[in-house]
Amino acid sequence: MELENVNQMERIASVIAGTALSFFGLRQALAKHQAAAGAGLTLAGAALIRRGVTGYCDLYRACGVNTAGEGIRVDRSITIHASREAVYGFWRNLENLPRFMKHVQCVEVINEVPNELIAWRSLPGAPVKHTGSVRLEHATAGRGTTVTVELQYDQPAGPVGAWIAKLWGKRPEREIELELRRLKNMVEAGEIPTNQGQPAGRVDDGSQQGKAKQGERVQHASEASFPASDPPSYTHVNEL
Amino acid sequence: MRALCWYGKNDVRVETVPEPKILNPRDAIIKTTLSAICGSDLHLLHGYIPMMKPGDILGHEFMGEVLEVGTEVTNLKKGDRVVVPFTIACGRCWFCQNGLTSLCDNSNPNSQAAEKLYGYSASGLFGYSHIFGGYAGGQAQYVRVPFSDTACQKVPESVNDEQALFLSDIFPTGYMAAENCNIHPGDTMAIWGCGPVGQFAIKSAFLLGAERVIAIDEVPERLEMARKQGKAETLDSGEGEVVEKLKEMTGGRGPDGCIDAVGMEAHGTSVEALYDYAKQAVRLETDRPHVLRQAIQACRKGGNLSVPGVYGGVIDKFPIGAAFSKGLTLRMGQTNVHRYMKPLLDRIEKGEIDPSFVITDRYGLDCAAEAYKTFDKHERGCIKCVLRP
Repeated sequence: MELENVNQMERIASVIAGTALSFFGLRQALAKHQAAAGAGLTLAGAALIRRGVTGYCDLYRACGVNTAGEGIRVDRSITIHASREAVYGFWRNLENLPRFMKHVQCVEVINEVPNELIAWRSLPGAPVKHTGSVRLEHATAGRGTTVTVELQYDQPAGPVGAWIAKLWGKRPEREIELELRRLKNMVEAGEIPTNQGQPAGRVDDGSQQGKAKQGERVQHASEASFPASDPPSYTHVNEL
Repeated sequence: MRALCWYGKNDVRVETVPEPKILNPRDAIIKTTLSAICGSDLHLLHGYIPMMKPGDILGHEFMGEVLEVGTEVTNLKKGDRVVVPFTIACGRCWFCQNGLTSLCDNSNPNSQAAEKLYGYSASGLFGYSHIFGGYAGGQAQYVRVPFSDTACQKVPESVNDEQALFLSDIFPTGYMAAENCNIHPGDTMAIWGCGPVGQFAIKSAFLLGAERVIAIDEVPERLEMARKQGKAETLDSGEGEVVEKLKEMTGGRGPDGCIDAVGMEAHGTSVEALYDYAKQAVRLETDRPHVLRQAIQACRKGGNLSVPGVYGGVIDKFPIGAAFSKGLTLRMGQTNVHRYMKPLLDRIEKGEIDPSFVITDRYGLDCAAEAYKTFDKHERGCIKCVLRP
């Protein structure tokens, strides 16, 4: 039996479109001199109906697309050079959460094993409906604790929305990586490394500046050069 | 304050910029008393290092006086005279705790950029592009030092600025390069590059028990310093046949340890060197491994190759067959400065070595752009420039 790879909304749309196409196709087929075109349309319509009814699309299968999934799942881990107790204690202190985890808001804890596991789900009305967990395990050879975050969530526009978001650069894995890195920075080093607010010889209004004119004195550099968690775009090296 | 800023290829200028501030609780603000230009700064000048932004302040060799400390710093106070490592390290991650401070997990705010390029991010560096953290550098009147409680090495009165400054980078770099060759008493070393790092590698090799050091360069003043100060035998690479000569000089065996203190902008006129220039011009190769190839060819079977010379990208025609066939050990990387500072400072205090021998030029900070030019072109025998704000 073939697995479904088309989601509910699409299936309904497929059936409607397929029915309409078949109807017009049949009409054309029965008219003189347009039998071939009409037959073609009818077949296409039939394929769409089949796709909608069974929930399986050959073309999707060929392209590796699956819009019928239950949502997005993200797994990421990091090793922190500290005991499980220290990491757990830091995470569980809710005051610390906003410093490194910007996405875990409006949640309720649904399961908890001290020093091992915290599982949560989003509250009704949360911006993104999701469930998540963080597992703490001993890392080998005295490396500390391995922290693994698993998130399962519905992207607003479904899997296609997630795919589009990926193209635009907002990958959920990257966000989780950044948050785990901030957690590691806080637990190990006591602070998150930054270069925001340091001096430079440029007037930074957010645009990429060219060379300062000869003799032009820069009196003030802006407070923020660029966000510490996002690398600046590649600055092209001049010609050799 | 005044600071040396990068604006593009061959365009560095001293500008007036705001003074740094404490940004994190473990920061300190240092008033610079002396700083220097490093050979690796020339890669920035020549535009070989990506992710630079116009206006970035350069400089990663500096020392000075503590002006202000963050709330979490308890081992430093205003007025302390300190020298600062060029690699920035938190002191508490697994790498720092195992002495590998150049590989710190927590000091690069742009770690994802470095991860994309290299797989994992090493430590942040002062004044060396945004791939390595985008930190403002020390060719300036004031510098913000992150993780200052781990970084700052206090300097006693008996050691003056010119003797202490090079603990920030080039002395530990030369020392670690020699250490990486696993020198046994009586060994013969070959060192490519008689710039400041090479000069310290020569001295360190003898300190670590080498019996002979053969120093290779094409600049006469540098070869002269290697002979006079380093007590090394020298080879002029401009005359060619370096590999053959090294074989003859070592009774047909080859040197036991080889150090590439040249890095990605190696000079050469052989066919394979010209190939590198050509490929680099069309961006098909980012680094020129001319010296690396020679060192692999020259090294004795079972020998050690140590690479302190900076490489950033990818190279072609790497003689992996020769390295494999001869069973070479390759060790490389940025210097783990923190672990060497105290032991090397002790040696300076005891008079075993005076690092200031390597200084040939002294400039005021306001003339730093001119200093870069002099250093770059080896004008008037320039080997090392220091800058006084």
